[in-house]
Amino acid sequence: MTLLDIFGIQDNGLLALTAALTGAALVFLALWVAGLISPRSFNPQKGEAYECGIPTRGNSQTRFSVGYYLFAILFLMFDVETVFLFPWAVRVRELGTDGLLSIGVFFAILVLGLVYAWRKGALEWK
Amino acid sequence: MFNFSIVTEWIHNLLASFMPGWLTTTAECVLIGVGLLLAYSLLALFYIYYERKLCAFIQCRLGPNRVGPMGLCQVFADMFKMLIKELIELKHTDRFLFALAPYLVIIASVLSFACLPWGRGLQIINFNIGIFFLIAVSSIGVLGILLAGWSSNNKYTLIGAMRSGAQMVSYELSVGLSIMTMVCLAGTMSIPGIVEAQADGWFIFTGHIPAIIAFIIYLIAGTAETNRGPFDLPEAESELTAGYHTEYSGIHFGFFYLAEYLNLFIVSGVAALMFFGGWMPLHIPGWEGFNDIMNYIPSPIWFIGKAIAISAIIIWFKWTFPRLRIDQLLKLEWKYLLPINLFNLVLMVLVVVYNLHF
Repeated sequence: MTLLDIFGIQDNGLLALTAALTGAALVFLALWVAGLISPRSFNPQKGEAYECGIPTRGNSQTRFSVGYYLFAILFLMFDVETVFLFPWAVRVRELGTDGLLSIGVFFAILVLGLVYAWRKGALEWK
Repeated sequence: MFNFSIVTEWIHNLLASFMPGWLTTTAECVLIGVGLLLAYSLLALFYIYYERKLCAFIQCRLGPNRVGPMGLCQVFADMFKMLIKELIELKHTDRFLFALAPYLVIIASVLSFACLPWGRGLQIINFNIGIFFLIAVSSIGVLGILLAGWSSNNKYTLIGAMRSGAQMVSYELSVGLSIMTMVCLAGTMSIPGIVEAQADGWFIFTGHIPAIIAFIIYLIAGTAETNRGPFDLPEAESELTAGYHTEYSGIHFGFFYLAEYLNLFIVSGVAALMFFGGWMPLHIPGWEGFNDIMNYIPSPIWFIGKAIAISAIIIWFKWTFPRLRIDQLLKLEWKYLLPINLFNLVLMVLVVVYNLHF
C-alpha cells in the first residue's frame, strides 16, 4: 500500500501540467499534420457562414437575449453550495448527529431558495 | 491485486541510474504524455467503432464491415479522411477564439481522463481531492463549446452553444450532487481511497437504495453532460445544422468529435469508479476462493470492462429515446432530478450516520 504515485512523482501540479500539455500537443500536432497534407483552394463563397445557403443577413456577434440566464444564476447558487457541502460530505461519519443538525439548517435555507425560485416561476420556460 | 507502482518504480530507478534528477523527471513526464496520448486516441477510435457497431445492432443492421476484418479499420480510415480534409478559412470569425476552442475542449477531456484509476499505482493525477478536481476540470469543456459557438459568427452555432451551455451547466449540478452522495459513503475524495473503500463490496451494493437512486440520476445527468442521446439539442441536426461545430471543418471538427467520445468514456469511467469499484474486482465477503480467482483478472481489464458496459447503457439511451425539447430538458433537471437528488443526499447521510449500510 505504498508508492501509489506514478513514477513516485509527488507533485500533482506537475502531472496535471503534463496532462494539459499533452492535450495541447495533440491538437497542435494534428493541426500541423493536417496543414501539411490537406489541400487548399480559394473560393469567395467558401468563407461565408454556413446558414442554409442563402446570403447571410447581419452579424451574429450582436446583443442576443439568452433565455437561460436565470438558470445560470441558479446554477451559481447551487454550485457554490456544492463546494461548501463537499468538505462536510467527507467527514459526515465522524461529525455524526451534531453535524447533521448544523448542516440541516444550511440545507433548509438552500431548499427554501429552490422553493422560492420555483414559486416565482424562474424554472418555467418562457 | 498487482501493484503497478512496482513497474513504474523499476523504470524510475533505471532512468535515475544514468540521468540527473531533473532529466529523470522530464523523461518520466514525456513517458506519461506519450502513454496518455496513445491511450486517449486509441480509446476514442475504439469508442467510435463500438458505438457504430452497437447502434447497428440496435437497428438490425450490420454496421461497418468492409474495411479490414469486421470493419475494424473503418475508424482509422475515417480519421485519416478527416485529417486530409481542407481546413476552411472563414471570413468573419474571431480567429483567436475560433482556434482556441478545440484546445479547451481537448485539454478538459485529457485532464479528466488523466484522473481515472486504471489499477493500483496506475493513475496519473492523484490529488487527495481527486474526484473534486475531476468535476472541476471537466467543466472547462463547456467554455470551449461556448467559445466555438460564439466565435464562428453564425446564428446556428450561437444558438447551439447557448443551449449547450444551459444544459451542461444545469446537469453538472446533478452530477456533482450524486457524486457527493457517494463521497458521503466513501468518506474520502481521493480516487485511490474511494477504490480501496470498495474492497469489500462495490458502493452500489453496500449503499443499497440511496446508491441506486444516485446511480440512476448520475447516468441521466452524465448522458446530458456529454451532449448525447436524447439530450443532443445543441447539435440537433434537423434544426441547427450541426450545432456549435457547424463552421469547423476537417480535423478541427475531429477534435470535437474525439472529445465527445472520450467524454462518454470519462462519464462511464467515473460511474464505474463511484458505483462499481473502479478497478476493484468483484469481492464477496466470506467467499475467499472466489475473491482469489477474481483477483487474477488484471485491474485495467476490470476498469475498462466496467466503463464499456456502462457506456453500452448510455449508447442504448441514444438509440432508443427521441430528443427532448429544451423546456422539457430544463424541467427534468430543475424540477425532478435536483429535488430528488437533494432528498437522496439527506437519505444517504442518514444511512451513513446511523450505519444502515452493509
